[in-house]
Amino acid sequence: MATSTTIWEKLGFRKASGVSEAGWGQTLFAGIISFVYFLPVLLIIITSFKLQNEALAVPPKVFPTSLFGLIPDDYVFSPTLENYASVFSRAMAAGAAAQDTGFDRYFFNSIVIASVSVFLALVIGTLAAFGFSRYPLKGNDTYLFVILTTRMLPAIVVIIPIILMFRVAGLSGSYLGIIMLYTAFNLPFTIWMMKSFFDELALDVEDAARIDGSSDVRVFFKIALPQVVAGLAATFVFGLILTWNEFLFALLLTGVDTRTVPVAMNQAVAGGGIGVLWGLLAAIETLFLIPVFLVTFFLQNHLLRGVTFGTVKR
Amino acid sequence: MTSTAVQTHAPVFKTVAPRNWKTLAPDNWKLAIAVGLGVSVIACIALPAAISFWIVAAMVAMVAGAFSVNAYRRHYYGGLLVSPAIAVLFVMNIFPLLWSLGLSFFAYQSSQQTIRFVGLGNYIKVLTSELAGGDVWHALNNTALFVVLTVVAQMTVGFLLAMLFAKQFPLRRYLLILVLTPMMLSVVAAGVFFSYYYDPTFGLLSYFMRVVSGNQFILMDNKVGAVAGIVFADAWMWSPFVMLLVLAGLVSVPKYLYEAAAIDRVSSWRRFWTITFPYIRGLLMLALLFRTIEAFKMADLVYILTRGGNDTLTISYHLIRIANEQNKTSEGAAISYVMLFIVIVLTNLYLYIANRRSGEG
Repeated sequence: MATSTTIWEKLGFRKASGVSEAGWGQTLFAGIISFVYFLPVLLIIITSFKLQNEALAVPPKVFPTSLFGLIPDDYVFSPTLENYASVFSRAMAAGAAAQDTGFDRYFFNSIVIASVSVFLALVIGTLAAFGFSRYPLKGNDTYLFVILTTRMLPAIVVIIPIILMFRVAGLSGSYLGIIMLYTAFNLPFTIWMMKSFFDELALDVEDAARIDGSSDVRVFFKIALPQVVAGLAATFVFGLILTWNEFLFALLLTGVDTRTVPVAMNQAVAGGGIGVLWGLLAAIETLFLIPVFLVTFFLQNHLLRGVTFGTVKR
Repeated sequence: MTSTAVQTHAPVFKTVAPRNWKTLAPDNWKLAIAVGLGVSVIACIALPAAISFWIVAAMVAMVAGAFSVNAYRRHYYGGLLVSPAIAVLFVMNIFPLLWSLGLSFFAYQSSQQTIRFVGLGNYIKVLTSELAGGDVWHALNNTALFVVLTVVAQMTVGFLLAMLFAKQFPLRRYLLILVLTPMMLSVVAAGVFFSYYYDPTFGLLSYFMRVVSGNQFILMDNKVGAVAGIVFADAWMWSPFVMLLVLAGLVSVPKYLYEAAAIDRVSSWRRFWTITFPYIRGLLMLALLFRTIEAFKMADLVYILTRGGNDTLTISYHLIRIANEQNKTSEGAAISYVMLFIVIVLTNLYLYIANRRSGEG
């Protein structure tokens, strides 16, 4: 498939194996739509470079530069990095000395908790999905349905027994507790998603391997799993996004040491009683967006590559 | 397609010598259950909760281990593969669910220490709206409105976006990631920033509407505007989710089918329904199912954007108010089981339709 990659191909100018090919006209059309769709996010990023009075200005100041006088001064603000500095260290009251906000710790927590729990859910969930798909149990659909049911209730009601349980077990405010909870939180989606990928695979290849003497374990690792890499990537990204931004469980079940960014963000914004600090919130959100954005970007190829390339299709 | 059981590999059971339940063996799960139950009960009675919890957990692990060894010896791979997931879900989800089901039959407030059995009292109270701060039926109506509007919007926009990105074109991956970004935002930040855009004084939307129409524009001051604002924010955030699922289906369609269709000069409408659609149907159903469930639970955006004002109170936000702000834990549990019932009916309907369709094809 991959022959020689030139710099042009790396930039996306390549003819990869896709459904069909379209030219620059499509790029222009998709570009306009993507830009409009992205606009609210772009405005958040722009706001992160504004001071509070500029963020609240009427008319809205949306351009960081006047483009050599092309844009009236009313719409231009002077970009500053002050918000980014104050994410990590700022004065909590007017006139007070700047102090550490602990956000480096919260970012670390978010990364560890989200990645470990999504990875665990992926391992356990993929095994279960393969089991549900290839070795149907008695009452298979019932099990699947019960699993799905666990995602249906609003978290607020499940959370009361969970809080009591965590307090008794001493898991409240520990990494172990929140990671286990998030693993369970991600499992239903992982199982359903991976099962739909396994169901789509051609069984002929697996049967052929069995006839040639492959064990069931080998069939799983060497034949089934490589064909669902795209599914794994997609499920990982979804799980990561959901866990990364989860708020309610994190609010109630993490302690000072294990607090994640969404909780800290909420406190940083709500605290102080002087209204929302738009620039600060935008800076936190922009920083918080970067890791999950990068992961999605790098897994995108897997996400979209034609998975069934080279295998028999049912 | 997705839900048809694959029956090709019927589990081969090795003949195991018949064993008495009293035999001490690592795969004797009946004995494990008996011992586990006994030890758990004794531990719960005799020891403090913090210690007995871990003893019960160890007993559950022992029973699970016996099951696994038993399944492995019998070459019962289905059970073996599924059991870790079931174990995690049982401890973290199903057990708390049953706990709250139990709570819904008691009068219990998290702020007080008393607990009293009331049977179906909570359900009657909830369904005949004796609770302060809103009517359950009305909140359910609002929720239905939100579910229909957001799911239709998300499925439409997501599907159109997926069709747009199904073709290969220059710079595609860079444009695609821009469309995916809204999904990656934290709901708190996205909600707060939408309230910033909608703000009557310094919001961008109101500014543009003021420039266009010359009048003061307040989006959130009536029900239509408030609903539109919430639906727009939610649909904007989650359409990329639908798009990704549909796209994953679209790129999995083998190219040769399209080539064959081109040779046969099949119309593009027919090509879509006979080639493309069967490949994306399963994922489309999955997207529909998950978005409906999430839309049914929508509370955070409502909380941030309107706080239930202008008649936008959803059942889920109503529940948070009752369970959290008014500390009526057991009434909250009752509401959530009413919700669960509705969602189960809806889900069964979906699965029924999905199965029947795939049975035809």
